[in-house]
Amino acid sequence: MVTAQSQPQSAETEKYNVIGTRPIRHDGVDKVTGAAQYGADLNLPGMLAGRVLRSPHAHARIVSIDTSKAEALEGVLAVITNADFPRASDEVIDTGEGTAQLNWVLDNVIASDKVLYKGHAVAAVAATDHHIAEDAIELIDVEYELLTPVLDVRDAMVDGSPLLHESLYTGSMDGSKSDNPSNTASHLQFTKGDLDAGFAEAEVVIEREFETSMAHQGYIEPHNGSAYYRADGTLDIWTSTQGAFVVRDSVAPLLQLSPSQVKVTPMEIGGGFGGKIPVYLEPLAALLSQKTGRPVKLTMNREEVLLATGPTSGTYMRVRMGAKRDGTLVAADVHLAFEAGAYPGSPVGAGAMCALAPYDIPNQRIDGYDVVVNKPKTAAYRAPGAPQSEFATESVLNELAEELGIDPIEIRMKNAAEEGAQRADGFTYGVVGNVECMTAAQESPHWQSELEGPNRGRGVAQGFWFNIGFESSAYAQVNGDGTVPLVLGSTDIGGTRASLAMQLAETLGISAEEVRPHVVDTNSVGYTQVTGGSRTTFAGGWAAYETAMDIRRQMEERAAVIWECDASDVTYGDDAIIRGPADEDGNDQQLTFKELAAQLASTGGHIVGRADVNKTSSGPAFATHIVDVEVDPDTGKVDILRYTAVQDAGTAIHPAYVEGQMQGGVAQGVGMALNEEYYYDDSGDLKNASLLDYRMPTALDLPMIEPIIVEVPNPGHPYGVRGVGEVPIIPPAPAVRAAIANAIGVHMSELPMSPRAILEATVLEE
Amino acid sequence: MTTTEHIVVNCTINGEQQVFLANERDSLLEALRDRIGLTGAKEGCNNGNCGACCVNMDGRIVNSCLVMAAECEGAEIRTVEGLASGDQLSPLQNAFLEQAALQCGICTPGFLVAAEALLEQNPDPSEHEIRYWLAGNLCRCTGYDKIIKAVQQAAGQSVV
Repeated sequence: MVTAQSQPQSAETEKYNVIGTRPIRHDGVDKVTGAAQYGADLNLPGMLAGRVLRSPHAHARIVSIDTSKAEALEGVLAVITNADFPRASDEVIDTGEGTAQLNWVLDNVIASDKVLYKGHAVAAVAATDHHIAEDAIELIDVEYELLTPVLDVRDAMVDGSPLLHESLYTGSMDGSKSDNPSNTASHLQFTKGDLDAGFAEAEVVIEREFETSMAHQGYIEPHNGSAYYRADGTLDIWTSTQGAFVVRDSVAPLLQLSPSQVKVTPMEIGGGFGGKIPVYLEPLAALLSQKTGRPVKLTMNREEVLLATGPTSGTYMRVRMGAKRDGTLVAADVHLAFEAGAYPGSPVGAGAMCALAPYDIPNQRIDGYDVVVNKPKTAAYRAPGAPQSEFATESVLNELAEELGIDPIEIRMKNAAEEGAQRADGFTYGVVGNVECMTAAQESPHWQSELEGPNRGRGVAQGFWFNIGFESSAYAQVNGDGTVPLVLGSTDIGGTRASLAMQLAETLGISAEEVRPHVVDTNSVGYTQVTGGSRTTFAGGWAAYETAMDIRRQMEERAAVIWECDASDVTYGDDAIIRGPADEDGNDQQLTFKELAAQLASTGGHIVGRADVNKTSSGPAFATHIVDVEVDPDTGKVDILRYTAVQDAGTAIHPAYVEGQMQGGVAQGVGMALNEEYYYDDSGDLKNASLLDYRMPTALDLPMIEPIIVEVPNPGHPYGVRGVGEVPIIPPAPAVRAAIANAIGVHMSELPMSPRAILEATVLEE
Repeated sequence: MTTTEHIVVNCTINGEQQVFLANERDSLLEALRDRIGLTGAKEGCNNGNCGACCVNMDGRIVNSCLVMAAECEGAEIRTVEGLASGDQLSPLQNAFLEQAALQCGICTPGFLVAAEALLEQNPDPSEHEIRYWLAGNLCRCTGYDKIIKAVQQAAGQSVV
């Protein structure tokens, strides 16, 4: 029998029974024994194996596709191309962390007239065995007319650049469109104060340019999607997804089915970080099943994952920032050009809103451009857009601090956004823990320590992410033995069964172990938005809380039946004791939760509590990170010597999983900072589409990452939750850049700061 | 393209005698998952770079995606499904749960198999030795901290 870690609760959570403790996650045993069923583990009777043929070119017109030889291969049951799908309209659908035109969703799933990136799907087959399916795609003849690829965001924005889409015009925030088609899908701008007056006031101004490479979410589980279309017109889909309802609402219109015909069962999911929100394989599996009348499973290999899913945007960014000699920031001008990949929809909007979010700067202008290029369509990746934009702004702020001779945490405190501060996009902060993170960082053993030795340096950076709310659904029944199965719409990507069950348990006054959380299909729970945006423990937890309150109310009514009194005279206490009025003899009447649970059947049947919430509020999260590095001057390799991550979690429901989110976010941020990049040649061929060459951090590349959880409860949540997943990926890159500058005096201007980039920069400085 | 041959393979998996018919192109990973129905070993990269498919073969940890099924004649293979005895989890499995050493859990089977082999060979490894040994297993969720601590706990070391 495994037991929970017996670490003490924090000062903020001492008042709770369950929140702030570290119970064993409910799905844990299945995940350490190999029993947990991920999407690729599914095997149904008669199931066919699918395979996708992908474009070898970055930009080409499809002249013809001949599938006849593949169809003739024994064991092949169906071959499909874009032409086999119903024609998709340009209606805009909800795609989870964004929206997209349906026809572009379809074209990204399987190319129509043009292929727009290497790896773009062109055809798919279903066969009796996956080896046969692999052979079959080799037999499909595709004739291409090659077009010039557009691979750099700045090149793509130039007038006269080859166009990816003849029908794409630049949209502005006022709803207007450009006169001529363009690769720039949209331009947005946020302003505040008077930029020129602000810079006129500045005593020091620093301007820098940055380039960042596309980087992939890097989840260890490749994408999968299985489907079974039946003769009665119902379609089952099984997939490892962050959003079962998004899959339903994307696949249904692509096949011209009603959402009520489609049931999506979310399988266990092997990481996502935003990249498992869009559909890729599910519509193909569904159509192949429709053609064959049999269940079909599609899985990607790693090369396909890197070529054709994710990544986050590569960028070109320019930041000009002005300050007074005392460190007061007076003006900031931010230019962000983000690669969307082949279809519009980069995270530049979020990047723009986050760029200066930790600071109260009176005069600002932030311009953002969403630009299509011949690379895979970008997907959300952990705090989408913010690691790039805040890398640029935090880097310039660090250089200002250096120039002014002010401690980098001091300059942040001096300008920190606090309650009442308004961002350029108009949002005004409520209670936030921005300064509290900075203070905790200053007081940390790491910041208090000395760093010695040649080629070593220390850096610091701040991070901000919104967190979101929106729709979550839950219900729970009370068993006769007092256990409570909790049914959830949110897929569990990293421990949210536990964090939601704990909030239900806290509210009912029972233990986390007495709650049995289950993630179910789209027919079995109310609409629930994606597991993303750091929303699940916030909004899902709120649904769990409301579900528990519904149970409390119903149990008061049942106790009233037993005691033959008015329900308003019964009180469900936080100690899970239900108290009624004194009986005829004047004795107190009370029942424990368990005692009353045992009498539910005889007092009218078992009860189900339920809740559907849609929260438009959120609890903004801030983080302060400190890093020590050592740079090898001969090779340009950077070693992380020590890392401290401070973060305001609001309330840490399960602190071990909060720490895990912080440590995991840092690891991804360090990867983005030092190694991870999409390396294309001039023809648009991705040269490093494997996990050997797309170099993610290993256990040997990182030290222990010291987490410091700050808890400034979010007043807009029953338990003060803010959401924790995303903000920790933001500060690593600018903190590492500052540490490199501190170590060797070189200010890097690109991500990743790979050995090559550092050696080039070092040579240039010399 | 050639005609596919099938091969009868006899081996021991988690202590049980197994006979299965392998496609000559099957890797051990494919055979485990598709022919035998043991889906605990996962495919993460199919070219030996992520460790999600780690199994123990004749006392060595191997990436089962790089071993041909037909090579397994007579082999003794242990997978994540063989780590627990009945409903008794191994100390390492318990430590992974108690240290919260997994988030999504897809890499966990590979880490468990690899770490178990480490502790058999080196019952009291240093943090560096654990990191070095596990550098062939990628985890994208945890930043590795809690995995390292779980291995330390299973080795009987005090964990901060």
